[in-house]
Amino acid sequence: MTGNTLLSVEDVVVDLPTPRGNLRAVDRVNLTVGAGQTLGVVGESGCGKTMLSRAILQLLPKKAKLSGRVMFDGQDLLQLSPEKLRKLRGRSLAVVFQDPMTSLNPVLTIGTQLIETLQEHLELDDATATRRSIELLAAVGIPAPEQRLAQYPHQLSGGMRQRVAIAIALSCEPKLLIADEPTTALDVTIQAQILDLLAREQRRRHMAMILITHDLGVVAGRTDEVAVMYAGRVVERAPTPALFKKMRMPYTEALLAALPKLDAAPHTPLPAISGRPPDPTRPMLGCSFSPRCRYAVARCHTEKPALEAAETSEHQYACFHPIEVHAEAVA
Amino acid sequence: MLFFVARRLLYLTPVLIAVSLLTFFIASLLPGDLAYVILGDQATPENVAALRKDMGLDQPVWIRYFSWLGNILQGDFGRSFRTGQTVLQAVTERLPVSIELMLLAEIIGLIIGVPLAIVCAARSGSAFDRFVTGSAFAMLSVPAFLSAILLIYLFAVELRWLPATGYISFTEDPAANLRFMVLPALTLALAEWPGIMRVLRSDMIATLQEDYIALAKAKGLKASRILFVHALKPSSLTLVTITGINIGRLIGGTVIVETIFALPGIGRLLIGAIYTRDLIILQGVVLLVGAGFVIVNFIVDLLYAVLDPRIRHGHA
Repeated sequence: MTGNTLLSVEDVVVDLPTPRGNLRAVDRVNLTVGAGQTLGVVGESGCGKTMLSRAILQLLPKKAKLSGRVMFDGQDLLQLSPEKLRKLRGRSLAVVFQDPMTSLNPVLTIGTQLIETLQEHLELDDATATRRSIELLAAVGIPAPEQRLAQYPHQLSGGMRQRVAIAIALSCEPKLLIADEPTTALDVTIQAQILDLLAREQRRRHMAMILITHDLGVVAGRTDEVAVMYAGRVVERAPTPALFKKMRMPYTEALLAALPKLDAAPHTPLPAISGRPPDPTRPMLGCSFSPRCRYAVARCHTEKPALEAAETSEHQYACFHPIEVHAEAVA
Repeated sequence: MLFFVARRLLYLTPVLIAVSLLTFFIASLLPGDLAYVILGDQATPENVAALRKDMGLDQPVWIRYFSWLGNILQGDFGRSFRTGQTVLQAVTERLPVSIELMLLAEIIGLIIGVPLAIVCAARSGSAFDRFVTGSAFAMLSVPAFLSAILLIYLFAVELRWLPATGYISFTEDPAANLRFMVLPALTLALAEWPGIMRVLRSDMIATLQEDYIALAKAKGLKASRILFVHALKPSSLTLVTITGINIGRLIGGTVIVETIFALPGIGRLLIGAIYTRDLIILQGVVLLVGAGFVIVNFIVDLLYAVLDPRIRHGHA
């Protein structure tokens, strides 16, 4: 990673006690994000990417157990007092959740929800905070921002609500924005607009971003580095161009193959990844992808490959038999 | 919003008609002929027949219903054949007592219940939460006559801080009035707060799981603001409902508490009317109390709209 590191996640483990036993949602994850950089975290549902983002934000469910270190801007978030953590959240560490239908409070106006963040952290008077809010709503592409302040979330469309959520996240000029599947709940036509908005605001504010998605296509043109997660672990990590030039982990390849392609003939079946992710309450001996991997050999079932750098120090993957295919270029 | 109010008002009409039907027919189903009740043991069949004709009791029941309803629409609820007092007079005399009792009881109940619910929800599962939830459950099973007697024993007999029974009207002497009202209101409130606490606590716990609460935390808001601004309002719909039902229930007075503390409220008016078979008073009071209940619930519906903009805009 070039430049100064803003966030470094070190050996983070998240355990969730469930009636069926301990569920290891995040398993010894290491990641870094440099100031102004974008990290894409990709993986299918249940791979632990949302739990990882909640671990960084310290918003895990009460019963979850978290260990490791989350160094943000020189301090370990896990060691911070609740008061210091509160002053950091919303100020230098902001988040956009997946579903804008549920992430805005239905009984408070858009204005209240924007202004309260501004006043909490920036000590603005009412008039200044209102003016800032209007500017923010305009910046995220909301027409007639003055009128929006008095409106409630249900009066806006899903895309507009997500713009409001982004405006709230951007309001205090955070150093890091975590966007947790920010477009999954939106119409396809809106998705690109929201992603472009995030990319534009990120560049303009020189803000770092973690873009969490299940869609490799989303991270392709918009991130500096990609981490692919599977069953709670990072299984491949590389600068984005390097990853798409040469994916090494069979899971990454399978994820990419599962994307619908525009140039495919109509009614072509999608090459879905057969099988299901392993039961996270039962620790596996070998590579957790081995039951579904078409390259797996005996060793893969008995020994867990470590995440290691190979030909270049920046491209790491956890696989005994990395593939040599050249992925086709993605948009 | 105006449309919303108008629509709700329209719903009110059939409910009020149903209330009047039920009141009238239940009263007319009661055994014993009103004429015999009025004339007493010495009645001759001729006297009874004359009085029945005079009162219209010889008419079919539905004709009596419509003439009763017609009179009510003109503001005439009838008068007691025992005291000669009209129903309206009797009710306006007693209603302030019951309403004051009801308001004090609800206010005390909310003052105890709401903060406890918020703290319990914020720390659900803690020792404090388990203690309060357990106490609420215990309090819920204490009958009013028992807590009334215990409160009288403690505050009136042992400590001698408050009078045990009696009533002075508020206009006469506000301070004395309140001294008389504290124990009855507290008796009722002891039964009110557990319900308030339990519904608000469980709704708050559900609300605190919402995404928008996680976002409020991620925004770095203070815990007090998250609880009181972000969580309390969306959690209070059920609270408003049960408070409305309680208020509606208490408008009719509480027979037991008013009897124990000798308060001249609606509850005692009703029980007196039942004992003396004063059907006119009984019918009229039940109708007025029923109407009051319906109107309180109408106000509750309006409060929903105040609390939740989605209801206000017809989205839910």
